[in-house]
Amino acid sequence: MAMKKKHQRLVLALIALVAVIGAGLLAASALKDEAAYFYTPEDAKVKGVEPGKAIRLGGMVVGGSLKKQADGVTIAFDVTDGKAVVPARFTGIAPDLFREGSGVVAEGSFDRNGTFVATNLLAKHDERYMPRELEGMTYNATSHEMKAQ
Amino acid sequence: MIAELGLAALWMAAALAALQLLFSVLGLAQGKAELLSGVRPVAIAQGVLVLLAFLCLVALFWRSDMSVALVALNSHSAKPWLYKFAGAWGNHEGSMLLWVTVMGAAGAAVALFERALRRDTHMATLGAQAAISLGFYAFLLFSSNPFARLDPAPRDGQGLNPLLQDPGLAFHPPTLYFGYVGLSVAFSFAVGALVTRRVDALFARAMRPWVLAAWVLLTIGITAGSYWAYYELGWGGWWFWDPVENASLMPWLAATALLHSVTVLATRDALRAWTVMLAVVAFSMSMVGTFLVRSGILTSVHAFAVDPERGSFILALLAIYIGGALALFALRVGTVREGAQFELVSREALLVVNNLLLTVILGVVLIGTLYPLMTEAFGHKVSVGPPYFDRIAGPLALALMLAMVAGPLTRWRRDRAGVVGGRLIWPLLAMLGAGAVLGVLAHGRLSLLSFFGLVIAVGVALGSVIPLFKRNLRRTPLFVYGMVIAHLGCAVSIAGMASDSAFTTEKLIAMAPGDRVESAGWTLHFDRVAPLAGDNWIAMQADVSVSRGGAKAVLHPQSRFFTSPPTTTTESAILTRWNGQLYVVLGEQLEDGRWQMRIWWKPFVTLIWLGGLMIALGGVLTLIGRERRGWMLRLRKGSAARGTGEEWA
Repeated sequence: MAMKKKHQRLVLALIALVAVIGAGLLAASALKDEAAYFYTPEDAKVKGVEPGKAIRLGGMVVGGSLKKQADGVTIAFDVTDGKAVVPARFTGIAPDLFREGSGVVAEGSFDRNGTFVATNLLAKHDERYMPRELEGMTYNATSHEMKAQ
Repeated sequence: MIAELGLAALWMAAALAALQLLFSVLGLAQGKAELLSGVRPVAIAQGVLVLLAFLCLVALFWRSDMSVALVALNSHSAKPWLYKFAGAWGNHEGSMLLWVTVMGAAGAAVALFERALRRDTHMATLGAQAAISLGFYAFLLFSSNPFARLDPAPRDGQGLNPLLQDPGLAFHPPTLYFGYVGLSVAFSFAVGALVTRRVDALFARAMRPWVLAAWVLLTIGITAGSYWAYYELGWGGWWFWDPVENASLMPWLAATALLHSVTVLATRDALRAWTVMLAVVAFSMSMVGTFLVRSGILTSVHAFAVDPERGSFILALLAIYIGGALALFALRVGTVREGAQFELVSREALLVVNNLLLTVILGVVLIGTLYPLMTEAFGHKVSVGPPYFDRIAGPLALALMLAMVAGPLTRWRRDRAGVVGGRLIWPLLAMLGAGAVLGVLAHGRLSLLSFFGLVIAVGVALGSVIPLFKRNLRRTPLFVYGMVIAHLGCAVSIAGMASDSAFTTEKLIAMAPGDRVESAGWTLHFDRVAPLAGDNWIAMQADVSVSRGGAKAVLHPQSRFFTSPPTTTTESAILTRWNGQLYVVLGEQLEDGRWQMRIWWKPFVTLIWLGGLMIALGGVLTLIGRERRGWMLRLRKGSAARGTGEEWA
């Protein structure tokens, strides 16, 4: 089992190299499958997202679209980027700053009817916080006017 | 006056760092002993001055001196005293000042207490430490001055982000920073040894306590941060693979690898170049983490300010230090002679496996963390989340656990595969047994990762105490206990993670006062909800009576509203039992008067943090066990004893 003495250092260096390359390949393969792509409603409409695929959907909550279901913990709302509108549903305690007209990044997947079922909502965290994906978007909840830079 | 005193102290500390670097470089280059003898006093003075600057900032926050811009922006006179105090580092400038303070203090400690290192390497190390500090002093003084005045002074401040207003703020950032920045000492040691071409067992023995201390603090900081996020965010999760969490995990992974490789170098004089490389990588990860968190490139509760100039500044520092160290490594690695050999079946070989797995996990986490930033530069918005990290890091971590069972049961240098196999028989049988029991009891309810997590935790728990079998327990060295407890802590922590993800029950419901609900064997009665006022917040607080079997308690989840800045936070209520935690969150009130309530029962979730603390305790015991003799000797002999030769070229 003895390693050839002369070559031990070389062998160790090669193993380290293989490990680093292995890490890169492993990461690349997983990124291909798991990187939850960020979609705006327009992206989702144009590109199409297969039901069940985990993604992030980001946009603004359309004014007047927020509806509470009878169970008290499920809400339905529409998400827009000014170009397209996607219906969404969420069961859980919505973040404190989640409201009509505010920005939201929803994590989840589309169901077969084209409704986005969110498992997690990221809203504006405090007055100085904005989900990174939404930087540059502004939206007027009453006039439904949308600006994206 | 305090602000001016602080600023002056900061400038003087920076000047002393420059002097320290100069003395060290000139002294070593020209072999001038009188220059070198100035290095240590200067390093100590620098540490004292930067500490003074930091205390000045704390005093300004304490007194709510609103004429200082930083205080006005981040504090408020109505804040409870603890947050006035801790608020000093709950912001960008203050936290960077804490960073250089720790770095200066660490440099002073190396100057004061390091005795085992050769003198020339010691001086080169202090020079390297000064060089790093200098960059961060420049960053503070030129782009993040914490002492800038505001004229006219506002009547009152804007207040601290309420999410930070928690006792956790008082100790989570400092411990994490001590660990983060403590790794700069390992980095400086590596640079020092490369400069003087003395990478050997002696160097490793000198570096080991510093690495251990930094690693212990990093472990505590991460454990505390995880628990803080768990109860403060009210999401019931303890780790979110948030880039900022990854920023603290990556140095920890590198430091853990370093800790094991430095032991190989100290004990067996093998893995020389690799250990030096890891020391460079570990602190580089600290700086990458700082860059991610402080540049404003990420948005999170940790990113206090979005300022591209600061981001570029830190990026430049990063490039200079990491690039410089790697260039030095490339130049000098040829002069690092090959260390001692070892066989394929040996403890060294298994520690190589440990190092490789940790490095691969580090690489995977690093890529996953940076990937969204890189793609965004090309106009793609991508987010990488828990599915990616769980899928890769999970199995790799479990593989690492298996190596952890075998490592301590294998001899240094050479062992026989059959003999090692014989020692592994009990852990293997225990894992088979645990697998069979789980397979029958929880068939189909467990994910693969949870199943293997629980099974391997059993194996690691048993395997980690085997090194104590047949030993005289009173004569067993303390560092063996340290290793056993740290490894046992890993098993405990993994078991907690697996149990939480496999057996947690969650209930989401809208309830009116007077309603009753059952969940996971608990009966929860929503007694009432009433308003409550705090120092700088008002809240709606619910009384929820919970009972299971003979156990009874009343929980008080809150929905809290802060006035400055205006923010609502949910304060979860947690009941800790020996076998798990009941976690209740109060949501918002519906129009019909009902309240949203989220209830979790998390069996054995506390093991996660208990394991983390055990890992840290193991580190402390190892540190004491390894260094006690040296400390005692020094106490007796005063400061006379110095490791080895005084010859330097």
